[in-house]
Amino acid sequence: MVNFGGWDMPLEYSGIVAEHMAVRTRAGLFDVSHMGEIEIRGPRALDLIQWVTCNDASRLKVGQAQYSGLMTEGGGFVDDLLVHKLSDTHYFLCVNASNQDRDYEHFRRHNRFGAEIENAGPRYTQLAIQGPRALAVVGRFTKLDLASIRYYYFAPGQVDGVDCLVARTGYTGEDGVELYFPPEHSEKLWNDLLDAGRNEGLVPCGLGARNTLRLESAMCLYGHEIDETTIPFEANLGWITKLDKGDFLGREEIVRRKEAGLTRRLVGFEMVEKAIARENYPILDPEGGVDPVGHVTSGGPAPFLKKDIGMAYVPVSMTEPGTLLTIGVRNRQAKAKVVPLPFYKRPR
Amino acid sequence: MYPSQFRYTKEHEWVKREGDLATIGITDYAQHELGDIVYVELPAAGAKLETGQAFGTVESVKSVSEIFSPVSGEVAEINTALADHPEKINEDPHGAAWLVRVRASNAAAELDALMDGAAYEAYVAEQQKEASS
Repeated sequence: MVNFGGWDMPLEYSGIVAEHMAVRTRAGLFDVSHMGEIEIRGPRALDLIQWVTCNDASRLKVGQAQYSGLMTEGGGFVDDLLVHKLSDTHYFLCVNASNQDRDYEHFRRHNRFGAEIENAGPRYTQLAIQGPRALAVVGRFTKLDLASIRYYYFAPGQVDGVDCLVARTGYTGEDGVELYFPPEHSEKLWNDLLDAGRNEGLVPCGLGARNTLRLESAMCLYGHEIDETTIPFEANLGWITKLDKGDFLGREEIVRRKEAGLTRRLVGFEMVEKAIARENYPILDPEGGVDPVGHVTSGGPAPFLKKDIGMAYVPVSMTEPGTLLTIGVRNRQAKAKVVPLPFYKRPR
Repeated sequence: MYPSQFRYTKEHEWVKREGDLATIGITDYAQHELGDIVYVELPAAGAKLETGQAFGTVESVKSVSEIFSPVSGEVAEINTALADHPEKINEDPHGAAWLVRVRASNAAAELDALMDGAAYEAYVAEQQKEASS
């Protein structure tokens, strides 16, 4: 068990590699109750969300979810989050556990719209069922037609007799659903899903596999690929940054830094030499200078791809796929090459 | 679980002495704490080791751990099978997945300072209790 943002969470159950492979080939069950939830209500709920996030929430239909960034005045990330539209006047946000209180304060500080903001974390448990067999497992417990919920959409409905919000989202690069429901039903749903899923090859998964799965799919993790100093374009998150949606917090600074020319960008790499490059290992200067030119943000073995991979910030001149990187791996150096992201994309 | 003919360090290495040849590995507790082992870095034969000095690393999916030498001496042999099959350390840490053999002239005296199987088992139980409290 490890302490993660105040939650005692298992790093692994049967082993990170076994859990990772189960999600890629069958199904995995994750207890992600630590994730925070914030609800925004009121006639100007959308205005508040539009002001503090970089994606365009006005494009959401009722029942649709969107990946977005909660921005600082400086155009950096307070957090990354999922915005779910429940109605024109009610939005449900899923945020990172360790940022929940900060996010809540951030919404409050910028709420000149009179929106109602609720720190709703204690009212929800979140379970994620991920993998090619995930829908089959959850499907046994609900009358909802899960296959008809499109990717990044959600629907309210009963699962195992419990009122849930069922979202076709995830953090693994696989198909699957995330369930949000009142915590008093946590044990029942966890146990019932595990029991029923056994025949489908579903296994319980911990934080370890959650991290290797998201890395293999090249998804950002707050505090690693993104933080208050990162602007979205550096992290390849231009696709969630809608500069044409109207003014929003940090927009001016994002535009200024983008027009001045980015100095660094996030890349994916594969090790060429046998070594594992981990978080914060330096990318060494190809010209032989003493100072590193970048750093690894996340790195480790990719159990499904059977390669050692990672993501790193490097100068823009070193982002072309095929570029060789020299990484300081403790007391030695190891070569890696830049590769296109994502490392893994599920077959459709 | 912990063979009585081995001696153990607080850093979770085991050592088995046959004459002046000391075989070193990591314990079952260590492999379990590390999880899936994916990479092992060992010194070359002939390398000189000092007692208490880090001489290699064992990496799992989630972390890197240094291995400390329980004896002084010269590396006589390394377990080359681990390069392609580091997962053997998870499967047979006290047997087939030994790491290095060291020619250590003072091994008998050095091993006296280490824990025996029963003492190590008690030590591990203590560690587990601390971790869960």
